[in-house]
Amino acid sequence: MADISVNNLNLWYGDFQALINVNVHFTQKQITAIIGPSGCGKSTLLRVFNRMNDLIEGVRTTGEVMIDAENIVSEKTDLVSLRKKVGMVFQRPNPFPLSIYENIVFGQKVHAEGLTKLKLNEVVEDSLKSVFLWDELKDKLNKSAFTLSLEQKQRLCIARLIVVKPEILLMDEPCSTLDPQATSRIEELMRELKNNYTTIIVTHNMQQAARVSDQTGFMLLGELVEFGRTEDIFTKPKDKRTEDYITGRYG
Amino acid sequence: MLRHLDEELKELHKDILRMAVFAQESIFKSIESLKNRDKKLAQDVIDTDNTIDELELAIDEKCIDLIARYQPMAGDLRYITTGMKINTELERIADMALDISQKSLGLIDKPLLKPLIDIPKLSQVAQNMVRNAIDAFVKRDAQLARQVVLADSEADKLRNLVQDELINEYLARDAKTAERAVALIIIARYLERICDQATNIAEDVIYMVEAKVVKHHHEELE
Repeated sequence: MADISVNNLNLWYGDFQALINVNVHFTQKQITAIIGPSGCGKSTLLRVFNRMNDLIEGVRTTGEVMIDAENIVSEKTDLVSLRKKVGMVFQRPNPFPLSIYENIVFGQKVHAEGLTKLKLNEVVEDSLKSVFLWDELKDKLNKSAFTLSLEQKQRLCIARLIVVKPEILLMDEPCSTLDPQATSRIEELMRELKNNYTTIIVTHNMQQAARVSDQTGFMLLGELVEFGRTEDIFTKPKDKRTEDYITGRYG
Repeated sequence: MLRHLDEELKELHKDILRMAVFAQESIFKSIESLKNRDKKLAQDVIDTDNTIDELELAIDEKCIDLIARYQPMAGDLRYITTGMKINTELERIADMALDISQKSLGLIDKPLLKPLIDIPKLSQVAQNMVRNAIDAFVKRDAQLARQVVLADSEADKLRNLVQDELINEYLARDAKTAERAVALIIIARYLERICDQATNIAEDVIYMVEAKVVKHHHEELE
């Protein structure tokens, strides 16, 4: 498991500065929520941690992001091993067009070649159990992952991540396509998993941030305005901009 | 940006102020009834109690409803939870006034034990504290709330004065005065409780305005 230290981080998309001098520390075994209005930079910040922003043309970054004593925004960073260490769950569950079984062992085949069939079976069972899908799916492992419900797909995507033993879980609006029951079950799963990871979740849903996170950061116009214990942010924010946003006065 | 919640909070605020007016009137009338040996005023306090109880329940329900429907955060959350607590304190203050009125009705039928001096003084302190606590709530004035909290020791002193005099000058000397002396001691005790409740309101206001907990930590007042 790893802490993440962000020091003087700036990020530009061409001429547009999307992150402005961000300094923050994410603690292991904690869930941190990043909240803020659309376009505030919260997803950009999340995508710094696994260098997903590299896919966008004209991205430029200054400052440092330390994970396990390595500055992961440096040119020298090995992106394959970074993304093994830092897994990401997206808004829309995005299973591969493969069977449930193949979805889970896919990462294993990339990162740990030459495992026996027996070992792979074990990996599939363990990971499905850890996302509470094993009992439902153990007899349908060869079915296409596309036959699953949205919630099951999202769980499968989380299972697919954790088989490669990441240290950090990034979640970008992981429940925004789910109904309230499925949302609450995914939140339960996040709590179950939190002791094994450093979890960062970006969400528009303030109640979700308040429910699941230990720490919360509020971003506005590329800046991290306020960061603190979730109970403090939602009962006694220090910055007026935070207060205005979480009480619905923003805009 | 005016939110729909703001309209609802305005309504809640009005109700809490109505509650405050009822509580203040009850204290005033209960003490006037005692001073002027006026049974009608005491009866007024007793008759109003039902209305106050109903308003208390309505305010509580309103607060719970707002929490359930709006899931308020930060300042809104502190306002609503403080409103609920103040509501409870005000209802208790009204109950104390009712208890004083009942004692007053009992005393009016008997000869005056002594001229009342310190009890009206104590009642004045109590009324000032309640008024200032409510003012602090209305104006979101944490400084005024701090003054209320600090005024409480004066109330305690006055209560002790009243009690010592009644025990030493009356109870200890003449058993026939016991019933009236004890009634007055209890009234002083009720007034002192009202001061404590005003203090609670003031502490709640400080939390509401500054998100700072001073309850049981008066060293935090500075």
